[in-house]
Amino acid sequence: MNQAQTQATPRDASSGLPPGNETRLQVLMVGLGNEIFAIETDMVREIIDPVPVTRVAGARSFLPALINVRGNVIPLADLRIRFGMQKTQATADTRIVVVEVEIDGDPVTLGLLADKVFEVTEVSSRQMQQTPRLGAHWKPEFIRFITKWNEEFVIVPEMARILG
Amino acid sequence: MELDPTETFRQEAADLLDSLETVLLDLGQTPQDRDLIDAAFRALHTIKGSGAMFGFDKVAAFTHDFETAFDLIRKGKIDANHDIVTVSLSARDYIRTLIEDPDSTDPIIGEAIVEELQRLIGGGASASRSQAAGTEAQSAAEPEAEEPAAAGWTIEIAFEPGILRNGTNPLALLDDLRSLGPCVVAADLGTVPELGALDPEACLISWAVTLESACNRDEIEDVFMFVRDEMKLVVTPLDARAPKFAALDMSMPDAVSRAGEGSTQAAMADAAAAAPPSTTRASLPAAAASPAPVAEKAELNRRGEDKGTTVRVQAERLDELMDRVGELVIAQARLSQIAHSGSDLAIKAIAEEIERLASGLRDSTMGVRMVPMGSLFGRFRRLVHDLSRDLGKPVDFVTVGEDTEMDKTMIERLADPLVHLIRNAIDHGIESAADRAQTAKSPTGRIELAARYVGAQVLVTVQDDGAGLNTARIRAKAEENGLIAPGAAMSEHDIHQFLFHPGFSTAKTISALSGRGVGMDVVKRTIEAMRGTIDLTTIPGHGSSVTLRLPLTLAIIDGLLIRVGEGRYIIPLSAVEECIELTAADEARAKGRSFLNVRGELVPFVRLRDLFDSEGEADPHQKVIVTSIGDTRVGLVVDQIIGSHQTVIKSLSKLHSDVTMFSGATILGDGSAALILDVAQLVTLGQSRAESDRTSEAA
Repeated sequence: MNQAQTQATPRDASSGLPPGNETRLQVLMVGLGNEIFAIETDMVREIIDPVPVTRVAGARSFLPALINVRGNVIPLADLRIRFGMQKTQATADTRIVVVEVEIDGDPVTLGLLADKVFEVTEVSSRQMQQTPRLGAHWKPEFIRFITKWNEEFVIVPEMARILG
Repeated sequence: MELDPTETFRQEAADLLDSLETVLLDLGQTPQDRDLIDAAFRALHTIKGSGAMFGFDKVAAFTHDFETAFDLIRKGKIDANHDIVTVSLSARDYIRTLIEDPDSTDPIIGEAIVEELQRLIGGGASASRSQAAGTEAQSAAEPEAEEPAAAGWTIEIAFEPGILRNGTNPLALLDDLRSLGPCVVAADLGTVPELGALDPEACLISWAVTLESACNRDEIEDVFMFVRDEMKLVVTPLDARAPKFAALDMSMPDAVSRAGEGSTQAAMADAAAAAPPSTTRASLPAAAASPAPVAEKAELNRRGEDKGTTVRVQAERLDELMDRVGELVIAQARLSQIAHSGSDLAIKAIAEEIERLASGLRDSTMGVRMVPMGSLFGRFRRLVHDLSRDLGKPVDFVTVGEDTEMDKTMIERLADPLVHLIRNAIDHGIESAADRAQTAKSPTGRIELAARYVGAQVLVTVQDDGAGLNTARIRAKAEENGLIAPGAAMSEHDIHQFLFHPGFSTAKTISALSGRGVGMDVVKRTIEAMRGTIDLTTIPGHGSSVTLRLPLTLAIIDGLLIRVGEGRYIIPLSAVEECIELTAADEARAKGRSFLNVRGELVPFVRLRDLFDSEGEADPHQKVIVTSIGDTRVGLVVDQIIGSHQTVIKSLSKLHSDVTMFSGATILGDGSAALILDVAQLVTLGQSRAESDRTSEAA
């Protein structure tokens, strides 16, 4: 993972140029709206069914609530709001992916709301793509790189920046 | 978790140095107190011994010189006085530097301290460093003449059976005795039972030692200094005329030494035969270095004597325990909820039993984390001592309520605010001796640091008998800084609040200690972060006092569970004054203004529904919870009051650090999370709204 990180510096991500050496990244494929995101398995702690949420008044809109995960109260992030995507009703496929992200040097645990969780797979830097046009709300710094999985474009997000 | 032995030494030494400081300061007040002198000597002795053992040779060497000087005081040759205490304190600081950061200091400092000490004591302590470092009993090298030198001694030694469990190694003590002179040691195995009934951890062997030495009784007793309470020791002079070592058929003195050794070994071999090998063997490698741990353990025991035995536990483990108990309390709340919604009596009974046990466990866990305030107060004695010397203001420092206990983390966070308050009291509060002489006050100032319980809170007060606050000067300064309009009507109390304003100082001159105006605002913020409040009272000419009100713990609070819209929230019960109903008449009278008439007093109120953007209709009968922080009150309008709730506080995630209305979260009986209202923030909010209402009305 470290290797992958050093190679996928923001410059690489924005230019979308695959680095010289091939690196393989184990990821969890997660559906959000119409997009598919690849979340590195290194940061994933667990995947849980939806639980009752507690709304936090005055918090940033993409961090609207708290959940209790085995005695730990953690924030629940809705990345669809962060990416300006359409908010959809919860379905039978809705899950919460609990991740641990390092923010300013401290590990922070949070839940990510996911419309669907597909599978754990491996992506390789060979499959990395030039960042295609994704619409105005896609800030380039939110994207580490874009890769392909089952002939579909998937986004490897830059978690710490998205949450920061 | 294996601790680095060096780290253990550092910790122990830090504790010992702390207690040494306390003892020295006490000694400054009661120089004749034998117990204090002995306590100081013991602490030094232990630091020296374990320092040498863990390779802190500089520490051992310096402490040896320090100890040698102190030994003269102990033997009553010199009386302790104020100067000796002052030098000893700097010597104690030097030892600490040697342990913590030896590179930052220079041996010259140490030599200067020793010289000063020797000068004060009269040069009697001409210590030779070569013989320092860790060997026991040479501290008693000074000749002593209280008892005529005997040709030798018979020493009967019987330890209590449990002594081995404390880490005492009797063989090492016997070795120490041998360093005083040729010994013959006979072990009495009479009470050692058959192998089957033998408890390998009990010391049932007693010894009779014949020591051929002109040493005095003290030197022998010193060997057993740290185990004296756990043994029988009979020391009788050997009749000089009696044939030497009559008990044993030996005549050649230098053969005796070897024989003595042999006989110790024989005793050891007997012990080894009697006890399973593991226990005896385990003690063997440690034998060479064991005087120090023996001393340490005994010292620990001794210190713990008045408060029972103590155990050292890492703070993280306590935190972990607290977390687990917190989870248990939450799980138990869920169990109770389920049990009470069903009709199974057996389950109800178990749920109640578990509730009782969980609350008992919670209380004892909290109790474990409680530390007496005395541990904190002790640190300030040195501060006062040094400040009073530097400023030339003699000050009596009185502490009250050292037994008052508080959560350990709270006590640590209190240290800095109290340093500020005490400095302020000495620097600003207490007048110079000359000024005091003009009033009827005693030339010595008085600062009292007191702690006491009031309900579920602890009150910590710093009180001085100085000049009191100069309200006029604070006012002038506030006007100068543009904080108030000149001549504006203000109560004294409100004027004093400016002292907590960042960057506010009325000190005419800026000293290294205070007067920069940083401090009081930091004090206030720290105390508020601990969910405490700060009160200031002053009587001109008679002094001022600052009172800190603090909750007992930060981990679990009593809360009031309320509902606003769909959401449930916790209000800390300590901030709740009363709950009243918001009647239609009140609403009509309020007419959009946010004031409420509570028995003739206007209290601003905040509708939490508006604040939280709650959806749905408000309940027909809204309730007002009147909360207060210090003297300011605000009413919080809620839909429903559910009841009291034992609240295990979970801090909010870093991602929610921009959220201001809530101070934390907790988990409710049904497993969902609930937010804890930050009453201080809401009170400020209510006040500022009330302020803007007033101004808009006036306009």
